[in-house]
Amino acid sequence: MSPYFESYLTVGTFAALGAVLVMVMLGVASVLRPTNPTAAKRATYECGVDPVGSGWSQTYVRYYVFGLLFVIFDVEAVFIFPWAIAAEELGVFGLVAMFLFILTLLEGLAYAIKKGVLRWE
Amino acid sequence: MTWAEFWIIILRVVLTFGLLLVLTIVNVWLERKVVADMQSRIGPNRAGPYGILQTVADGLKLFFKESVTPRKVELGMYVLAPFLAVVPAFLIFMMVPWGAPFMIGDQEVALQGADLNVGLLFILAMSSMAVYAVVLAGWSSGSKYPLIGGVRATAQAISYEAAMGLAMVAVVMFSATQGDGGTLSLAEIVERQSGTWGDIIPAFEPVARFIPRWNIFPQIVAFLIFLIAIVAETNRAPFDLVEAEQELVGGFHTEYSGMRFAMFFLAEYVNIFSMSAIAATLFLGGWNGPTFEGSVPAIISGILPTVYFLLKTYAIVFLFFWIRATLPRLRYDQLMSLGWKRLIPGALGWLILSTFVIAFRQFGVPWG
Repeated sequence: MSPYFESYLTVGTFAALGAVLVMVMLGVASVLRPTNPTAAKRATYECGVDPVGSGWSQTYVRYYVFGLLFVIFDVEAVFIFPWAIAAEELGVFGLVAMFLFILTLLEGLAYAIKKGVLRWE
Repeated sequence: MTWAEFWIIILRVVLTFGLLLVLTIVNVWLERKVVADMQSRIGPNRAGPYGILQTVADGLKLFFKESVTPRKVELGMYVLAPFLAVVPAFLIFMMVPWGAPFMIGDQEVALQGADLNVGLLFILAMSSMAVYAVVLAGWSSGSKYPLIGGVRATAQAISYEAAMGLAMVAVVMFSATQGDGGTLSLAEIVERQSGTWGDIIPAFEPVARFIPRWNIFPQIVAFLIFLIAIVAETNRAPFDLVEAEQELVGGFHTEYSGMRFAMFFLAEYVNIFSMSAIAATLFLGGWNGPTFEGSVPAIISGILPTVYFLLKTYAIVFLFFWIRATLPRLRYDQLMSLGWKRLIPGALGWLILSTFVIAFRQFGVPWG
């Protein structure tokens, strides 16, 4: 087997070990712990009184805007990492292209800030 | 694959896993002791010498605690979330080289879970996975406080992850010039930080040969951004809006109890340690340090790199505790404006600046 697959095999083993650890701890606990649920215990917590409503609530739309902005910067990371690795081979052309890319993104961020999208009130 | 190679892989996995578990148990105690000291308290002092067994006692106690599952939960996700918290946390540490490679017979054993050639990307991916645990735990609880905690976690984690990734890119750029081509493998990045600046900058040789060749010196801004980002990524004070006891009860883990809660707790401390280890690896030279090879017994010069690695990592872990004991929690708008208006533009600006300097040294002046 090539060393390439070997290292991923190790990753898999490690992930499995982590999952097994959680399973063993939860399993042992489920044998040891007492279980006697009552209706009051199984209610969701809401400052001690009976919960009002469904447990769902509206959340602020701003969170969604940040999610959208993040997608752009995450895609950027996808482009930037390979470039950072191969910057020397790509030379001046790659450098200029990447600067244009980064500046475009910075301009977009500046626009978002100017628009007040990132203001929280 | 021969049997010898197979056993070495098993050895590496077991050693790394064991080290991480033991140190995590110690870290929980250490944090309580350090923060207690900073607040003029005594901290845990009953279980074992200096209360060092306190974590073990707490863990054992949680085995016997009832695990209440509320009526309204989405059971599948609710059960899955603790796994999603713990497994990526372990996988992050697996990439970190925590000691110098040594030989058993003719086989080389690297003290590292696995050395992927995309190590840094893997770390970024796993730290994104950790967000799912918090979000799904909050969402599946079917309760108001966890839901708010989960939604907050999404926006916070993704904001600071962008800054963290960009700080990493600057290091990768710099590291590419220090050796033969670019690399994302952490073992390779550590190798390239061995020695002192005296070998690189001959002009300042008399002074520079006392300064280790760590990435922190040329990449100090990236280090600071990375440091802030990892504190936010692990949801630690002053960025613990996800939990925020005073407003959200327990945040995303309000509806978790018993051993399931303990899993989130474990994941948090594993994350603190692994993220500190990555900061030490990327910026502080990992396990590099003087080993005095030849003048001390071989066993000591073999163990010293691990000691250096732990010293550097614990310096950053201590910083985590110190920050927690010092700074009050940020308001959510402050958190977001720090992330988007300071850290991300700052990281991009630093990337451009450091690329300019590197390109200047590689290609010469554009008009020349």
